[in-house]
Amino acid sequence: MHAFSWSDWLTLFLHFVSLSLLSIGGAITTVPDMHRFLVSEKSWLSDSQFTGSIALAQAAPGPNVLFVAVLGWNIGMNAGGGLAGGASAWGMAFAGVFATMLGILLPSTTLTFFAARWGHQNKERRNVRAFKMAMAPIVVALLMATGWVLTAGHGPFQENLWLWVLTLVSTLVVWQTRIHLLWLLAAGALGGVMGWF
Amino acid sequence: MSSALQEFPVLSERPRPSSVTELFIAFSWLALQGFGGVLAIVQRELVENKQWLSTEEFIEDWAVAQIMPGPNVVNIALMIGDRFFGWRGALAALTGMMALPLVVVLALAVALTGVSHEPAVQGALKGMGAVSAGLIAGTGLKLISALKSNTMGRWACFVLALLTLVAIAWLRIPLAWVLMGLGIPAFLWAYRTLSKKDSLERGVL
Repeated sequence: MHAFSWSDWLTLFLHFVSLSLLSIGGAITTVPDMHRFLVSEKSWLSDSQFTGSIALAQAAPGPNVLFVAVLGWNIGMNAGGGLAGGASAWGMAFAGVFATMLGILLPSTTLTFFAARWGHQNKERRNVRAFKMAMAPIVVALLMATGWVLTAGHGPFQENLWLWVLTLVSTLVVWQTRIHLLWLLAAGALGGVMGWF
Repeated sequence: MSSALQEFPVLSERPRPSSVTELFIAFSWLALQGFGGVLAIVQRELVENKQWLSTEEFIEDWAVAQIMPGPNVVNIALMIGDRFFGWRGALAALTGMMALPLVVVLALAVALTGVSHEPAVQGALKGMGAVSAGLIAGTGLKLISALKSNTMGRWACFVLALLTLVAIAWLRIPLAWVLMGLGIPAFLWAYRTLSKKDSLERGVL
């Protein structure tokens, strides 16, 4: 792994800036391009580091976009020579988090901030009202579709019966009760540790 | 919905965060509960528990957050924070959403170096993933009730929702295409029904 120069940092930052405005539906939709750039083109991350970073962030609490921070962290760590690299590796890792997260968030949040403000100030306009009316059923269905896509990711129904049952039960519990969501997650994690899935 | 309500003083008496700090703490707390996605928690905490938003407002904000680039939950945090305290609120909600989870995920990245392939760790990740899929689907089912007041009418809402579901879950068409392909006709239809409704109301007055 060659040392990271200033122009490498800038390239990294600008690549995430360029992906930011393309990330409609969340940063996860730009994953294929991140992989092409970071793994195939620049070799800043290995393949397993790339997929491991995404899996880790999915399992951790918080917005899914934090997978970008883990990518940045690992890029910096690699450039600094890994955990064995000591303080300078940690510094590089934090710089990686800063460059990637600032890049992916700054353009999209700025645009959303001003667009949402405009929409709120003009909420009496017929076109703004029509937009909201039109989007409501689509958005509600998108949530159900996302739930379905994630469930289908469990693999075939017959082989992963208990995962499917767990998803169905938590769907019903969320829909019909006010049981705290953390209890459900804890139960899912515990079942997994016991080897039920 | 909000346009009709906001003429009444009742709305200003609705619960709202008392300070930027409260906003920051609320978003930190809900972000830390969001394993595998924060949206279900945003709905539960801010709409059902704290009642800072009505269900209809939540769906409207979510629609904007969805259609703009960037992470949806980050977008919705910005919008809600801005609504209560301007740019300071937006910043507080955004940092609340990101700061503590960032610390947690980086600590995990360091701690799990080497053990992430253990069967117990893999099993726990799988179990939590299955629950979070259910959280998202259940939140979608819960929001259906808010569509009753939609001016497009029940049948139009039903058809639009069904087409969206088929396009995304079954045909796996990219989101941008679905939003344009269904959103534009839906917008035209909603605009038409709103024009009719507005002119009827004007006729009555």
